[in-house]
Amino acid sequence: MPPILFWFLATLAVLAALGVVMQSNPVHCLLALVLTLLAIAVLFIGQGAVVVGFLQAIVYAGAIMVLFLFVIWLLNVPVESGSTGRLAAKFLGAVGVAALLAELEVFWVPSHLQVKAAGQVAGYGAIDALSQTLFSEYLVAFEITSVLLLVAVIGAVALARRTTDAETQQRPENSARTEKAA
Amino acid sequence: MVQLSWLMELSAAIFAIGVAGFLARRNILVMFMSIELMLNAVNLAFVSLGSRMGTMDGQVIVFFVMTVAAAEAAVGLAIIISIFRNRQTVNADDLTLLKW
Repeated sequence: MPPILFWFLATLAVLAALGVVMQSNPVHCLLALVLTLLAIAVLFIGQGAVVVGFLQAIVYAGAIMVLFLFVIWLLNVPVESGSTGRLAAKFLGAVGVAALLAELEVFWVPSHLQVKAAGQVAGYGAIDALSQTLFSEYLVAFEITSVLLLVAVIGAVALARRTTDAETQQRPENSARTEKAA
Repeated sequence: MVQLSWLMELSAAIFAIGVAGFLARRNILVMFMSIELMLNAVNLAFVSLGSRMGTMDGQVIVFFVMTVAAAEAAVGLAIIISIFRNRQTVNADDLTLLKW
């Protein structure tokens, strides 16, 4: 990956990330987030992580973001007007975030991380290398992930579904209340 | 050749922006998007370190993070829909039922 491409993508990702945080219309925030995700996906591919990069573009920037978009439309969220929150809290938050950034810059230097640099073997990042690691070393985690997704689907349906009037009547506490009211 | 330190600094910058957004914004949906930003910053660090070490483990972990993010988004957005249905707001400052 040529450095000029990296700098272009890095600038794009940071500007779009700032766009997520600073825009007042949630739909615009979401579009900026999609831009960040796509820039990061291209960075993944540039690192040799081809499959993960395409997964990022398809699953993350595609599916998950469309889910967000549908929820924004469904809720009909109004555009925030003016600034919200206390000024003191924002100031302290800015100081805290600056401290966090400084800390990350200090501790994430590669000399601290002690990375043992090794060359990439042929086929690195391709789907066969990924799946061989996934289905041998991480098989248990992979199986547990399927349970997690099942639970998430059931939980999401249970939380978001609207109870009908008939069901509300059937609940013992509600039926007792309606009888009392009657 | 892209230096590892550049990638780590980009990752740190996006993570910090995500934290700032989570703290500063009061719209629950935008707070959620900030969480996604933080997850992606960490994903970038995983992939960069993994590619330098020549192992696939970083990419497998990114795969798992994506799955967990999908599950988290599904459940979290369902909770937001449920809150909006009951309270007609997505402003985190209005949801003070558990505040002492």
